[in-house]
Amino acid sequence: MALITREEVLHVANLARLALTEDEVNRLQYELGRILEYFQQLQQLDTGDVPTTSHVLPMVNVLREDTVGESLPQSDVLANAPDQVEGFFRVPRIIEE
Amino acid sequence: MALEELTAYALVEKLAAGEVSSVEATEACLRRIERLEPEVAAFMTVTAEVALSQAREVDDRRARGEPVPAVAGVPIAIKDVLCTKGIRTTCSSRILENFIPPYDATAVARCREAGLPMLGKTNMDEFAMGSSTENSAFMVTRNPKALDRVPGGSSGGSAAAVAAHEAFWALGSDTGGSIRQPAALCGIVGLKPTYGRVSRFGLIAYASSLDQVGPLTKDVRDAALLLGVIAGRDPRDDTSADLPVPDYLAQLDRGVEGLRAGLPTQLLGQGIEPAVRERVLAAVDRLASLGLAVEEVQMPNIDYSLPVYYIIAPAEAASNLARYDGVRYGHRTCQPVSDIYDLFAKTRAEGFGPEVRLRIMLGTYALSAGYYDAYYLKALKVRTLIKRDFDRAFENYDVLLSPTSPTPAFRIGERAGDPLQMKLADICTIPVNLAGIPAISVPCGEVDGLPVGLQIMGRPFEEHLILRVAYAFEQSR
Repeated sequence: MALITREEVLHVANLARLALTEDEVNRLQYELGRILEYFQQLQQLDTGDVPTTSHVLPMVNVLREDTVGESLPQSDVLANAPDQVEGFFRVPRIIEE
Repeated sequence: MALEELTAYALVEKLAAGEVSSVEATEACLRRIERLEPEVAAFMTVTAEVALSQAREVDDRRARGEPVPAVAGVPIAIKDVLCTKGIRTTCSSRILENFIPPYDATAVARCREAGLPMLGKTNMDEFAMGSSTENSAFMVTRNPKALDRVPGGSSGGSAAAVAAHEAFWALGSDTGGSIRQPAALCGIVGLKPTYGRVSRFGLIAYASSLDQVGPLTKDVRDAALLLGVIAGRDPRDDTSADLPVPDYLAQLDRGVEGLRAGLPTQLLGQGIEPAVRERVLAAVDRLASLGLAVEEVQMPNIDYSLPVYYIIAPAEAASNLARYDGVRYGHRTCQPVSDIYDLFAKTRAEGFGPEVRLRIMLGTYALSAGYYDAYYLKALKVRTLIKRDFDRAFENYDVLLSPTSPTPAFRIGERAGDPLQMKLADICTIPVNLAGIPAISVPCGEVDGLPVGLQIMGRPFEEHLILRVAYAFEQSR
């Protein structure tokens, strides 16, 4: 029983912006399938009206005064750039003609 | 005993008394590193000049009679998951192979302000994903106690460095056991603080609701000492708790009389190797003889911790690792690309190792339309059930005890094949991260010469209590 189809693997890889070789698609289909099978046990639990916990600390909306603070200088920000020009990060074309 | 084999606390005393200098201590570590690294390979980057310069500065200040922080001059190793300004930080990943952070993580800055010379950055499982440090893109770290065995993970390099006396102490990070499990496997002490106790600013994120920075040390007192250095509210981490930091040494030797401990049945079951269970139960007996009241406790929902973790952590990781796109920093593909999406896809395929790619895929799937409810939402609800099990247990018990790891250190390469096998290493540690509570691993014996760890869990922000129980146990051996 393939819990995840090849099409789904390709779809997820596209969402995750990961290029996959043919071998990797097959291996991931197998590995993800095994793991998803393992996850089925969670369906045994009745969680009908149980609230979610996305965060363990009881804190909400940590705010600060809207004052100007320290920022990184532009040179620091660009220092690790693979390709930069005149203070910009340069990338291949994004917008179609 | 060689200088570098002292505990951090013992070195603190010698430094204060003027018996030894920080430069001498740092040089002792560096010599040890040079001698042992060909075998142990704990360090990604050794920063000898930085360490010596920092050590010299501390010695100079002491010589001038200036006040210095109590721990000043004790050399430390830092897991390569923490940003260190001007010093390469890789997360043991090719995607950050040449990344040089423009700022220090808060935990790193606090160590620097405390005068701790930084020996270097330690090896880890790539992006903290793993339990053996075998997922490092660069090298295999070996367990100093048995060189054919793993040091555990993901803070394997930090654990090995401390166990081999290459460093007096180290910082690691823990998302599902990554401080405690390597500490147990290498025979040292490792502590994961309460979620929010230590700032995550500058900690390269894996799973933001689970990650914590913590100490790996030679003994319990050192862990208390180092925790005090890094703990506390940080305005740059909104999830850091606005609570005062106690003196963790103050109550260390109060003993265990009057305290109540629970022994979760679910963490002593079939998944635990019998010899490990034996050592841990012997340790529990010893604690009982010291005055700790011990009882078994049922925590039925923690049986579901593994699937819950392996949905939540990869989901959060998929989001956190989306930033590695070859645009602003890190690796960018040199292959020709058709458009920006092709740039992302090829860069990430080249830069991320197989385990990281697997977890990103898993997390993306669990969050995607059509599956979000069945997986991610479901996991968040079961997380509530798990947290409630802990809340309920802590109504009757001050601490909870369990093995840290179900087995001692396994052989390098032994678990590489199966995606599920490796993850079983975390069954005792993961529930702790899901609940956000603090826990410490302390050595409690050996199986065939391989170290075993006892895990002591506590209520949120009661690190002083778990340290106290750990100290009582350690001192009784």
